[in-house]
Amino acid sequence: MVFSIASFVTQVAVLLLLLILVHKPLGVYLASVFEGKRSSRAERLFYRLAGVDPNTEQSWSIYLRSVLVFSAVSILVVFLLQRLQGVLPGNNSLPGVDPWTAMNTAISFATNTNWQTYVPEATMGIFVQMCLLAVQNFLSAAVGIVVVVALIRGIARTRTDRLGNFWVDLARISFRVLLPMAVLAAIVMVIGGVVQNFWSTDVVNQATGVTQTIPGGPVASQEAIKILGTNGGGYFNANSAHPFENPNVFISMFEVFLILLIPSALPYAYGRMVGDQRQGYTVVGVMGTLWLTFTVLMAWAVAAAQGTATAAAGGLGEGFEQRFGAAQSSIFATATTLTSTGAINVAHDSLPPLAGGVAMVNMMLGEVAPGGTGSGLYGLLILAIVSVFIAGLMVGRTPEFLGKKIGPREMKLTAMYILVTPVVVLATAGITVLLPDAVANAPASGPHQFSEVLYAFTSGANNNGSAFGGITTSGPYLSTMTGVAMLLGRFLPMVLVLALAGSLAKQPKIPASSGTVPTHGWLFGSLLLGVTVIMTALSYFPALSLGPLAEGLLK
Amino acid sequence: MTKSGTATTKPNTALASDSAAQTYADGNPLGTPGEHKHHTKAPAKLDLASIRTALPVAVRKLGPRQMIHSPVMFTVLVGAALCTAICILKPAVFGISVTIWLWLTVLFGTLSEAIAEGRGKAQADSLRASRKGVVARLRLDDGTLKEVPGTELRKNDVVICEAGDVIPSDGEIIEGLASVDESTITGESAPVIRESGGDRSSVTGGTKVLSDRIAVRITAEAGETFIDRMIKLVEGAVRQKTPNEIALHVLLVSLTIVFLAVTMSLAPFASLPGATPSPIVLVALLVCLIPTTIGALVPAIGIAGMDRLVQHNVLATSGRAVETAGDITTLLLDKTGTITYGNRRAVNFFPAHDVERTELIEAARLSSLADETPEGRSIVDLAAEKGVSGPDLAALLKGSEDFAVVEFSASTRMSGLDVDGRKIRKGAAAAVAKFVADAGGQTPAEVDHKVQEISAQGGTPLLVAGVGNDGGARVLGTIHLADVVKPGMHARFAELRKMGIRTVMITGDNPITAKAIAAEAGVDHFVAEATPEDKMAVIKEEQAEGRLVAMTGDGTNDAPALAAADVGVAMNSGTPAAKEAANMVDLDSDPTKLINIVGIGKQLLITRGALTTFSVANDVAKYFAIVPALFTGAFPGLGLLNIMGLASPSSAILSAVIFNALIIIALVPLALRGVKYRAVSANQALARNLAIYGLGGLIAPFVGIKLIDLLISLIPGIS
Repeated sequence: MVFSIASFVTQVAVLLLLLILVHKPLGVYLASVFEGKRSSRAERLFYRLAGVDPNTEQSWSIYLRSVLVFSAVSILVVFLLQRLQGVLPGNNSLPGVDPWTAMNTAISFATNTNWQTYVPEATMGIFVQMCLLAVQNFLSAAVGIVVVVALIRGIARTRTDRLGNFWVDLARISFRVLLPMAVLAAIVMVIGGVVQNFWSTDVVNQATGVTQTIPGGPVASQEAIKILGTNGGGYFNANSAHPFENPNVFISMFEVFLILLIPSALPYAYGRMVGDQRQGYTVVGVMGTLWLTFTVLMAWAVAAAQGTATAAAGGLGEGFEQRFGAAQSSIFATATTLTSTGAINVAHDSLPPLAGGVAMVNMMLGEVAPGGTGSGLYGLLILAIVSVFIAGLMVGRTPEFLGKKIGPREMKLTAMYILVTPVVVLATAGITVLLPDAVANAPASGPHQFSEVLYAFTSGANNNGSAFGGITTSGPYLSTMTGVAMLLGRFLPMVLVLALAGSLAKQPKIPASSGTVPTHGWLFGSLLLGVTVIMTALSYFPALSLGPLAEGLLK
Repeated sequence: MTKSGTATTKPNTALASDSAAQTYADGNPLGTPGEHKHHTKAPAKLDLASIRTALPVAVRKLGPRQMIHSPVMFTVLVGAALCTAICILKPAVFGISVTIWLWLTVLFGTLSEAIAEGRGKAQADSLRASRKGVVARLRLDDGTLKEVPGTELRKNDVVICEAGDVIPSDGEIIEGLASVDESTITGESAPVIRESGGDRSSVTGGTKVLSDRIAVRITAEAGETFIDRMIKLVEGAVRQKTPNEIALHVLLVSLTIVFLAVTMSLAPFASLPGATPSPIVLVALLVCLIPTTIGALVPAIGIAGMDRLVQHNVLATSGRAVETAGDITTLLLDKTGTITYGNRRAVNFFPAHDVERTELIEAARLSSLADETPEGRSIVDLAAEKGVSGPDLAALLKGSEDFAVVEFSASTRMSGLDVDGRKIRKGAAAAVAKFVADAGGQTPAEVDHKVQEISAQGGTPLLVAGVGNDGGARVLGTIHLADVVKPGMHARFAELRKMGIRTVMITGDNPITAKAIAAEAGVDHFVAEATPEDKMAVIKEEQAEGRLVAMTGDGTNDAPALAAADVGVAMNSGTPAAKEAANMVDLDSDPTKLINIVGIGKQLLITRGALTTFSVANDVAKYFAIVPALFTGAFPGLGLLNIMGLASPSSAILSAVIFNALIIIALVPLALRGVKYRAVSANQALARNLAIYGLGGLIAPFVGIKLIDLLISLIPGIS
């Protein structure tokens, strides 16, 4: 298989153009949803059922409690109903899901990770897929957006302890953003050839006469939100490499577009909500620069492997789908790891070592380019606060972010945020490596084995959900450990972000002057970019050197 | 005519100038740092002597109880102790070398702090000496005097001080007037007048009475006097972490935790390919990664910042106030003494239509010869400047038979001379016009016009008139008196604007005068006919909009505003109430000092920010030194990362550790001096400092580590 540079450049250009065209109107729409005043009938019904007064706003702690309670209930319900699959309708004759898998899956889908320790078509029936996992795809994406909306309000508002109403935000984002967009996307996918049915297909091989049953299902409806909500949990084990999920290069491109769509439009909404569009442009500029850089790096790593011995033996073919081509696959692999999606259309385990390393670095950036729905923006805003802190000191002024002072309390929350994910990744991977039985789940040897373990926990703690494959994580130990990584990687940052939103909202706004470090423009954008890359490099360089670098750098 | 202003803006009517001493230092118009008189100049450079005196102090600071305040350096201490234990069990050249340098890293940290403190010690000692063995004459209730040691005085005691006495403690003069030598605290040798009542009643313990006798009510308990506070300040004894320092510490601690996770997880990670690094190597890696440079220098930076303030003769109640000064967005400045010279000056002469210019100037000069007010003197000066000079007062007195000086009085509002039957007067327009009218003359229309024009420009018009022997009375012309803006003010305010600081001029003048001065000086905003309440209102208003306000003041009626301002600087010449309310006291009583204080506050933060950036940027090079050293054995391909071409794994690691330790010492002078602060916009400052300390921080260690490696690879057992 040959890496086509022309195809790569064309696809990247088309993607960039589409996203640039769409991010503004979508951003305007998102902002209007977040700032809307009236409720639709469906929303009012939801409020009545949930016993919520949509006119009451919450303080950060109540808002946080709502997020946590809602997610905890989601996890519990998904866990229990998976266990009861055997006695529920629509189980496709499958038994109840194994407790470790059920637990890991419940956490995985509620945290927007969509790490899958199981073979979906052989484990989950239509009911579980449609009514539990697909619903979580909507809700976990919505929760991510809800949290960033609260943070933006904290930045934009002054002298208040009110951050909005979690339930209202959740309902609006689900009903007005995710549902209609997913319906549209699903229709496009069906037209493009993605399967949408409720039965399996029997295929008779004319040559051998053997009848083969190919599982079907409501794939398009699930695929749409899987991609749009940066979830990534496939209907089939092969995920977006499966022809029923992703039949051709056009749908594959469309999927990449959908993956990047909401995360790259949120900065525009942010700029609008804080009343300074330049803020949004700078954020999206940094996201875009990182995206472009790592897309090119990935392509380089994939293309460079062509000349090697492996490629000569047809090596670049392994794990790649002929119908997408290496260019599309490297674009997809970058988009899926730079957002918290984790869907795959190429087996990441089979990527050339340095390309696998790029996929890992993408996740290690903290899912900020453009990141998960909501989580990408709040992740980058946290890094922006770190940047503005350093910048503020360097110009001799107590740092301010959009007129809000970054004092000891704000810095405490920010600093804890930036240490959570690296520490969780390194600790969980470190502990796992110490256990020979756990390591044995990755049968590869040498640095590749270590890469598989490191990738698993990087993916879990960053709520990405893509797998390097090669490692079996369905056992009790790895199910639990990855579950813990996902939980900590999702909810600790959310706690800190909402606490930060609360403390920012309380402050008055200091008017900007020429003595204030502007948080927009080239200079600040470059600083933010530098801080993001250096923080990542410093946290993970030694670990990466033992995995993909050891494997990929040959003397 | 000006309206009455606040206590600080002394009413300054044209001829009724208050002749009370203007203690504002006129000679230093918004002086730049370094121009001030320093009583004890701290050593500007790091010399061997100061290191030698600081060393024992630095060693004493190595105790864990003191180290715990800096979590970063405490981590190094624990690491060094751990390595020491390992070296004792298994001695090896490499291990011992690393361990020694780890200890040196900790020591360099405490040494930098000790050096910074040492610079204040000299000042503290001279201050202490000023009070040694002072005996106070306590006035008892029955009026008798009793000699007690100065240290035993309590608040509200009354002491008597006479010429030659050292004032035993801070207090307020309740009776009498004296000239006082305050050079111990201000470094200014010229004596100042202190008197009971009014705004100049406060005296400071340790200063010396030169003449007369005063009764002083003590206002400070022993140990809390001004000099005590100053001693504590320069010794760094009262240093508390400021909010920005805490926030920075939080960030540094969080980085330390991340790097702990990095190094601790590296052991199991590396055990997979069987390349587990030794504990000494892991500690070395950890110490290189955690931000030791900034962690070690933070205390020195803070102490040096306070020290700089003291060198400018400013005393702050807390480090927090200094930092806040750097954040100031609005500067409230009194017009008089700050923006303009305290007094109005003659700037031009406008003759009446039928009068020769020289005639007017001569008359104006004569009328002012006996006038000792600054306005009068300025008229004589201006006349000389215009080339008109003549006999001085003494010569006139000798040369004429009929000669009388007419002093200014509030009822006549004129002054002048009667010489050889001729009456020459200058004074307020209305008064002089009346004087001429009474003598049968009249004021020409164009002179009236000029008077109005000058008033409209914010100046003060004075009329000059002569009534001759022949009885003919005529108005000779107009003198234009104006508030003269100190030179360089316009540029300074432009600078402030660039820094994002809004200047508001407060004046008792009428709006027209105020507007003219404001435009000339280039302030952003002014408040005319201001009362102390107005000052308060401006502060409240600015703060409500989220701005931080700084102001100076010296009167008791300034106290509420000083307390309300985010940074209030009281003049040392001011009342105890003002000093109590302020969070800084300027010993030079120079209101323009505020601008320097803002600069010092900013410099403090910039130095911290720059060194933090430098410290973190350094880590990149250290990775390129240490990671290949650790794993090239197991994975030869990683040798590609050894871009510096370091000699051996041992030399690479040791070089990184040595660089990490030496950079602390190398940066001590910068920490003490502070990163140079320029008045440019935030974006320009950021670009500049990022280039120097960010990019510099990335590149410098590559060079440094390589050089050290070249040297130490010569040591057997390392290469």
